[in-house]
Amino acid sequence: MDNSPILRVTDLHKSFSGIVAASNLNVDVAEGEIVGVIGANGAGKTVFINMITGYLKPSSGKIEFAGKDITGIEPRNATHMGVCRSFQVSQVFMTMSVLENMLIALSVSKDRGFSILQAYDRPELIAECEQIMARYNLSEFRDLEVSTLSQGVRKLLDIAMAIVSEPKVLLLDEPTSGVSSEDKFPIMDVVIGDLKKSGTSVLFVEHDMEIVERYVDRVLAFYQGEIICDAPPAEALKDPKVIEYVVGSDHDPKKPARKSTKKTARKPAKKSSGVRRA
Amino acid sequence: MRSILFQDKTIFWMGLCFLSLAIAALFLPNWIVNNVMFGLARGLAVLGLMLLWRTGLVSFGHALYFGIGAYGVALLEKYTGTTDIFLRLICAVIVSAIVGYLLGFILRGYRAIFFAMLSLAFSMVMYGILVKMEVLGSTDGFSVSRTTFFGWVPESKYALLLSLIIVCMASAAFVQVYLKSSLGQLSTAIKDNEIRVEYLGYSVARAVHVKYVISAIMAGLGGGLIAMALGQVDPDSMVNWTVSGELVFITIMSGAGSVVAPFIGGVVFAFLSTYASEFMPHAWQLVIGATLLGIIFFLPGGIWSLIEKLWKRGERHHG
Repeated sequence: MDNSPILRVTDLHKSFSGIVAASNLNVDVAEGEIVGVIGANGAGKTVFINMITGYLKPSSGKIEFAGKDITGIEPRNATHMGVCRSFQVSQVFMTMSVLENMLIALSVSKDRGFSILQAYDRPELIAECEQIMARYNLSEFRDLEVSTLSQGVRKLLDIAMAIVSEPKVLLLDEPTSGVSSEDKFPIMDVVIGDLKKSGTSVLFVEHDMEIVERYVDRVLAFYQGEIICDAPPAEALKDPKVIEYVVGSDHDPKKPARKSTKKTARKPAKKSSGVRRA
Repeated sequence: MRSILFQDKTIFWMGLCFLSLAIAALFLPNWIVNNVMFGLARGLAVLGLMLLWRTGLVSFGHALYFGIGAYGVALLEKYTGTTDIFLRLICAVIVSAIVGYLLGFILRGYRAIFFAMLSLAFSMVMYGILVKMEVLGSTDGFSVSRTTFFGWVPESKYALLLSLIIVCMASAAFVQVYLKSSLGQLSTAIKDNEIRVEYLGYSVARAVHVKYVISAIMAGLGGGLIAMALGQVDPDSMVNWTVSGELVFITIMSGAGSVVAPFIGGVVFAFLSTYASEFMPHAWQLVIGATLLGIIFFLPGGIWSLIEKLWKRGERHHG
């Protein structure tokens, strides 16, 4: 594994009208590294992902991808450069079939300039889509309308659409949220297995500590917009701050981390609304 | 792109229908030919609206381009004396494309009711300019001389009808090829989920802009051809908001299922309004309104959905 960072985040800060959502974020991600992003709801994980992928513009700081400054880049340009993402709520085309979703994703990623006027359902594109669908266990749903499919299948499709352009960095926002417990591991096996093969660097937001322990090389733990721990999972999940503010002292790796601090919070965690005054 | 053109069944059947129409027109009375011409010309503008509709956008101001095409033809003749069909059509395409391109920069940032109302506002500004400016013919407009074909002045309207059919056929084939392309497929994708389109790497604003310009050109062509068919342009029958309303009406009546639908809808509307005015001169709007209600309640997919149903039933019947 090459240790030079493919993604470097330096002093990243984001505030909304004086409310701090992320501050002093410094992260290096190496090529092929799988990084888990954990934290209670509102800790700043999605803001972090959104800033890297251009959905939100940082208030200050710098994001570099392969040595190039991509701070505040438009989402589509981030995709062109090789930084792609999936979403917490699957962003797929509900009225189309799985194959049509994949074809649009693939044709848009391949057809540039006037070649975008070529037929979108060319045999070579269909063949390539079928290969990807087979890798992501989507073949059996090929011709079904997405609105009729389960959350798990939609999540897989969302991720499959994000990888068609062969990104160098993939950011997954809660890839297993809304997915039944028996589907979580098969989905992550498929996704992480495929991404490891292609050497893609992955940052994924996750609440399920069992998944974090099993799949990631490194953990970034967020609390009130800051990274409170950056370490391998075995170390991070034993970190007192992580136990205190993220997973809870009664943490059982088989159980998900606290989803919301509102009901379970003890004294320090009550502050964990994810926002604070600058 | 070429392969879509030759392999697409819609284009084949559409060609056959237009050819049959061209032959049938040789034997049809003038009043029917006139209605068909008006219907097809409106159908061109509706084809443009359909393209926007598939993207989830409704323009309540497409009479703007209908008028621009028509006035382009009239003003070209007024200032240069040009009556040749090809130059007239090129003029209609260029002026509508330029205006569509410029306004597209503003409209591409709006959606839903804001897009609809902003497009209406632009058409009303155009209407106001035409009504007030003597140099543009004011409320009376201009007359348009008979169209010539490389210097030949045909005695009947058949040559113009044939040209109209060829333009409709070419436009529909172009839109069909476009809809089958990666960019064309983004119409439904944008309607479904703009965020995903952006994250796939394509600018939604650019895609909407391209569709808007194509749509403007289609309406401009329709306007130019109706000016030639009518021999007259004036603000009320070309640019008024009621014309935009008619175009939206025909779009709903036609359905967005096929590129042929707008022409069928256009022709049906032409006959519907003719008969309504003939038999109920003081309440023709009632007939039009009742028809629209009937379509919305009983045929929400428009006339095309009915044709599709009958076609499928026929296929099943013949095994």
